[in-house]
Amino acid sequence: MAITLKVNGKTQEVDAEPGTPLLWVIRDELKMTGTKFGCGVASCGACTVHLNGEPVRSCQTFIDDMEGAEITTIEAMSDDKVGAALQQAWVELDVVQCGYCQSGQIMSAVGLLRQNANPSVSEIDDYMWGNACRCATYQRIRAGIQRAAKILEA
Amino acid sequence: MTVNTSRRGFLQGAAAAGAMLVVGIRPDGALAASANPSMLTPFVQIGTDGSVTAIIKHFEMGQGPATGLSTLIAEEMGLSMDQIGYDFAPSNPQVYNNTLFGPMQGTGGSTAMANSYLQYRQAGAAAREMLLHAAAQAWGVEASTLSLQDGMIFGSGKSAPLGEFVEAAAVLDAPAEPRLKDPSEFRLIGNPDVRRLDSAAKGNGTAMFAMDIQRPNQMIAMIARPEQQRATAVSVDASGAEAIKGFISADILPNKAGVAVFAENTWAAMQARDAISVEWDTRNAETRSSDQIEAEIRAALEADPTYNVNEADVVAVQTAIDGAETVVEETFYFPLLAHAPMEPLNCTIEETEDGGILMHDGCQIPTLPHGAIAEIFDLPFDKVQIKTVLAGGSFGRRATPQADYQVEAALAFSLTDRSRPVHLVWSREDDLRSGYYRPAFGHKVRVGLDGSGNIVGWEHRIAGQSIMKGTPFEAFAVKNGIDHSSVEGTVDSPYQIPMAAFGLTDTEKATSTLWWRAVGHTHTAYVMEVMMDMAAKAAGIDPVDFRLAYLSGDGLEQQRKAGVLKLVAEKANWGNAPAGRSQGIAVHKSFNSYVAEVVEISGTAADGIKIEKVTCAVDCGVAVNPDVIKAQMEGGIGYGIGHNMRDKITLTEGVVDQFNFPDYEPLRITDIGEIEVHIVRSAEPPTGVGEPGTPPAAPALANAIAAASNLRIAALPMDDNGVSFV
Repeated sequence: MAITLKVNGKTQEVDAEPGTPLLWVIRDELKMTGTKFGCGVASCGACTVHLNGEPVRSCQTFIDDMEGAEITTIEAMSDDKVGAALQQAWVELDVVQCGYCQSGQIMSAVGLLRQNANPSVSEIDDYMWGNACRCATYQRIRAGIQRAAKILEA
Repeated sequence: MTVNTSRRGFLQGAAAAGAMLVVGIRPDGALAASANPSMLTPFVQIGTDGSVTAIIKHFEMGQGPATGLSTLIAEEMGLSMDQIGYDFAPSNPQVYNNTLFGPMQGTGGSTAMANSYLQYRQAGAAAREMLLHAAAQAWGVEASTLSLQDGMIFGSGKSAPLGEFVEAAAVLDAPAEPRLKDPSEFRLIGNPDVRRLDSAAKGNGTAMFAMDIQRPNQMIAMIARPEQQRATAVSVDASGAEAIKGFISADILPNKAGVAVFAENTWAAMQARDAISVEWDTRNAETRSSDQIEAEIRAALEADPTYNVNEADVVAVQTAIDGAETVVEETFYFPLLAHAPMEPLNCTIEETEDGGILMHDGCQIPTLPHGAIAEIFDLPFDKVQIKTVLAGGSFGRRATPQADYQVEAALAFSLTDRSRPVHLVWSREDDLRSGYYRPAFGHKVRVGLDGSGNIVGWEHRIAGQSIMKGTPFEAFAVKNGIDHSSVEGTVDSPYQIPMAAFGLTDTEKATSTLWWRAVGHTHTAYVMEVMMDMAAKAAGIDPVDFRLAYLSGDGLEQQRKAGVLKLVAEKANWGNAPAGRSQGIAVHKSFNSYVAEVVEISGTAADGIKIEKVTCAVDCGVAVNPDVIKAQMEGGIGYGIGHNMRDKITLTEGVVDQFNFPDYEPLRITDIGEIEVHIVRSAEPPTGVGEPGTPPAAPALANAIAAASNLRIAALPMDDNGVSFV
């Protein structure tokens, strides 16, 4: 089926079978590889993107009803005020290790900071619970979000 | 700073751009330099434009060698970290070998820095001296009057960018023994402000992991595998997949271990794999359950061990314990564990124009798949290339003696006409159910104490599934029948325990066994440190003081282990936990590094335990990148705690019970509080940091739980013991 999506502000027509997860449309059809495959069952958060501004797990978001939907991926975050602040904080604090989950971590963290400009540790933990990091960079993720909040406040 | 993961492209591009200086080693091992990178194995390449690229012989799974080895070059060349880029070395075991592995290129055993520290510094120092000599010749001055700093050569009233002297330096001979900087001159080594070179790319989605390789016209391959190990494919009926758009074909692998399903894209491959039906021959398949594996190990612990590991007088040890005032005894059990790196296993294979094979892989031990591919395609070694790209974690899983997933990709590719690259992709289910696990182990320990609380005997039996036997590593890892990885951390512990006997019995493997972050130390540290705690409690002596009594010798090992123990006790305010909190401590030497940890918890086993804080002290010799070391301790602690809290792989009649993260729950951000890491200042040679943070974490948590709840956890995971975590 042909479907029109707005991806990072650009209108894209894609051809995908009904039932195809958005993740594979982004990676295999649009060739944008910043969004990662980790589990396929919405248990790890590596595939997090924004659908109409809200973080979703793209591996369990299906293409069928998405005509006209606005999709935002990690590739657009350098031009996003909150995303850029998080990326800056991530570099300042060297949050990453292997880095494979970090696109998803940042996409979730953008969602958090948009609804809560100054989250506490427990608010961060509650919101970020679903984003697994097998390298266990969690305390730097916490610190990175709080640092980004400060950058945005300035 | 540039990250060029296309080495061939880089080399061609650099050559096309003009002259360059490469410094590395010749095949005979001597330091050498050239204008032509094909003449030797470069560790550093310098372009006439002044660009400096470190060639990293270790793969990057997050543990930091790309930054670490670049730091060594930059330090000796007087560069700042934003003046150096990196590139991963091609597969060439003769010259990019791990000097601690022998003629094998690979990453493991936390050796990346230990075996590269002098090599890369020498290459950087040689480059510095050659550039200074070239400048001295050009300016007609003595080289000793010049210095190289931040990419500029200064002296004799002149200054110029180093790039101006690259062509002249490239025709000079490399100094045999360049002067290495004195530690007092270090600006980067030991500097906590040095940042990772891969942070930005990993935060903005541009970092290229193996999964992100999309070769023109590539196919995706997934493998349908049997439910039980050692079952073989007899026939495949792909009619169910015919209607799936993008499905190409399904064929039995030449070794019958599975069925390769080819498709135009990943989603089609996943659906097609589900839609085909395969007939399996299960006559030789594994049929045992984990209960049987555990029963076999527990039975072995009750019998005399096969191997007397330290050639002890076992009867004398038993007699000493039997005559002791107090005997402390415990039997431990450790289940199978999966590695579950964040990036599912995958690699891409293609034919080159000259009929060779090129593999793109987040490759941990390139020499193993390199040889396997050469054999499968009957090619000479030099017709096979492995291009190493970033790996999304590994924890040991990307290094199997059998090169399992790379061989799968090669066998799948051999089924095709080789006109299209094949990207083999595993799902998370493939990863958790693949059969490569931290082996199951059991320990039974009896410790005798005299009336003053001194240890008078320690009888320690270990039973479990050998990792090294039956692999190419057996020759150097197994001595007199004893797989050292089964006993490491016990018999070689720096603790000076009198009257100790260590015995080992191998039990049958039901799955493929594999090193998992910290290998044997994952179970031996737990046993040693929980037993020490139990003995201390029975003796009525503080657990820190009790341990220090066995580290009182003046040997360097004892002093370093005692050093981290005392440091962590001080930093964690040991013995003075805030109200409502309990502390547990553990200390362990692994991979030549010493790590002590205090875990502080609130709550009780019955009401739910929360891990509030972990304090860590590490002595890993010279701390090259202190912040990377801290990060590795943080991550190692999380890895050790997370699995031991609640994870295990179990089998029912040979079939793995777990499928995906919901039933192999990873450590979550909510599970663990602050981690504080202290690094001991040291002038000893640098040692491992990727693994040593892991071993003490679980026993420190177990000892904290015991302090809070009087519950001794001897069978892992912890939540099988009525413990809940909040």
